[in-house]
Amino acid sequence: MSILVVAEHDNETLASATYNAVAAASQLSGDIEILVAGSGTSGVAEAAAKIPGVAKVLNADSAEYANDIAENTAPLLVQLAPNYSHVLAPATTFGKNVMPRASALLDVQQISEITAIESDDTFVRPIYAGNAMATVQSTDSVKMITVRMTAFEAVAEDGGSASVEAIAGTGDAGLASFVSQEVSKSDRPELTTARIVISGGRGMKSGENFPLIESVADKLNAAVGASRAAVDAGYVSNDFQVGQTGKVVAPDLYIAVGISGAIQHLAGMKDSKVIVAINNDEEAPIFQVADYGLVADLFDAIPALDAELG
Amino acid sequence: MKVLVPVKRVIDANIKVRVKADNSGVETANVKMAMNPFCEIAVEEAVRMKEAGTVEEVIAVTAGPSQCQESLRTALAMGADRAIMIETDEVLEPLGVAKLLKAVVDNEGPGMVIMGKQAIDGDNNQTGQMLSALLGWSQGAFTSKIEVAGDSVNIVREVDAGLQSLTLKMPAVVTVDLRLNEPRYASLPNIMKAKKKPMDTTTPADLGVDITPRVNVISVGEPPAREAGVIVPDVATLVDKLRNEAKVIS
Ligand SMILES: Cc1cc2nc3c(=O)[nH]c(=O)nc-3n(C[C@H](O)[C@H](O)[C@H](O)COP(=O)(O)OP(=O)(O)OC[C@H]3O[C@@H](n4cnc5c(N)ncnc54)[C@H](O)[C@@H]3O)c2cc1C
Repeated sequence: MSILVVAEHDNETLASATYNAVAAASQLSGDIEILVAGSGTSGVAEAAAKIPGVAKVLNADSAEYANDIAENTAPLLVQLAPNYSHVLAPATTFGKNVMPRASALLDVQQISEITAIESDDTFVRPIYAGNAMATVQSTDSVKMITVRMTAFEAVAEDGGSASVEAIAGTGDAGLASFVSQEVSKSDRPELTTARIVISGGRGMKSGENFPLIESVADKLNAAVGASRAAVDAGYVSNDFQVGQTGKVVAPDLYIAVGISGAIQHLAGMKDSKVIVAINNDEEAPIFQVADYGLVADLFDAIPALDAELG
Repeated sequence: MKVLVPVKRVIDANIKVRVKADNSGVETANVKMAMNPFCEIAVEEAVRMKEAGTVEEVIAVTAGPSQCQESLRTALAMGADRAIMIETDEVLEPLGVAKLLKAVVDNEGPGMVIMGKQAIDGDNNQTGQMLSALLGWSQGAFTSKIEVAGDSVNIVREVDAGLQSLTLKMPAVVTVDLRLNEPRYASLPNIMKAKKKPMDTTTPADLGVDITPRVNVISVGEPPAREAGVIVPDVATLVDKLRNEAKVIS
């Protein structure tokens, strides 16, 4: 049987997390098909068809899928799922919203946010903010799975030439209507895929001080992140939050500035290759996971780092 | 309108959990337990809606072993009016819990269910969406704002790209994110009062729900450990190490 990967996109471009989900699918036995459900998505479907190793792209292009309303997309997944051994979606707010809804309608116990695949029915996933790793075996006939993107290296974007098959929409469920979306615009790399991330915490003391780390970010071509405390205090918006209940990142270099290193923050960044901590409290738990620690006042250290980077 | 608020008892968020030596799970004996932080936010929101006059009754519900009554008492002390305890010692999975909650909704007829977006033990982030699906209701997941407006509810959701605003048809299941509100601490008099508030007990069998697990937990292990790092004396050394030792910047 085949594996269905539910593509994440904004109707214009395929989200990077989709390539990680395909990478996970490629570790399972079976052909890989991709579902692109959206509105005005022929470009997205074409991009999906170019992914090497993809057998077919299903394109459900219909107005009710324009805004990722779970109540509208779940019935489509329910209709398709019985033809597949596995349905995979990225463990982003997109996948976390729609997959459980479809799973319940299919009477399937979803496996959330897998980080490794042991066999076609056995998966590893973090629990307790990543302080334990559970190996779990699904007994359901269709495996409904969300994939932690940082755990599966994205597949190549080009080289394949899958066919694209148009499929009909399932209609508007009439339960939810889209009002608006506030998207934070930034010229910096995306937080979840950036090679370098520099995050600020409560130690930044105010949103007005974030330009200090933004300047360093620009010199390193890094994304900017934040702790929950920094988001709660309004220094930056919610989409910056790294952690158990925010975004999970695993860049080559993660620089934590004025962040204490609470369990919930570590959950979102401790798989980074190299971790740097800058904090004036030498007892801060962040130093226990840092490869390089600098005990210093960030208001001296960050300008100095900025200058050192030229 | 009645509001149903499901709550879960979990290991306290400040405790660093330890994996059991036999890899069967995490150590829970003699570990401090508390109401899941997201559930506290859900209770707080429902109680505020009652205080604002939008809601007549707030019903808290939980499923699990008898000790989970503690979380119901906390919800009652925060301002919930009554509680329902679904008692079971079986392993509960999100789908099973969603089925139990559906049965309670069918009995109680609330106009809305407000619950946490995830529990910090299993980190599944599924139950609310599943309940909404089983009921055929609208779904507002990861909300940071809830405004009831007649027979609909306007919500703001925290999504990866930023904030999404939706209008949901009532009845609705809404799952809450961290920034919806700051939960109150229950005062001592309210804790005392909560002891007298009604609590019904039922079981999965009484509710006619099959909660047989679908997932076998093969083992629970430690996450990969990080090697100890070094403290560098100054910024110049840090940059040198990042360039020449770790080779992560150029
Ligand atoms: C259910 C739940 C979910 C959560 N989810 C998340 C999550 O997803 N992500 C997350 O980050 N948190 C999360 N948290 C919150 C987490 O527990 C911590 O409260 C939070 O991470 C703390 O943020 P912080 O490190 O910025 O602030 P603090 O803990 O206050 O630390 C600030 C640090 O800055 C240092 N500092 C202060 N001034 C300076 C200076 N001038 N120079 C250098 N250093 C300085 C201090 O020494 C301190 O170590 C969650 C909590 C709960 C209960």
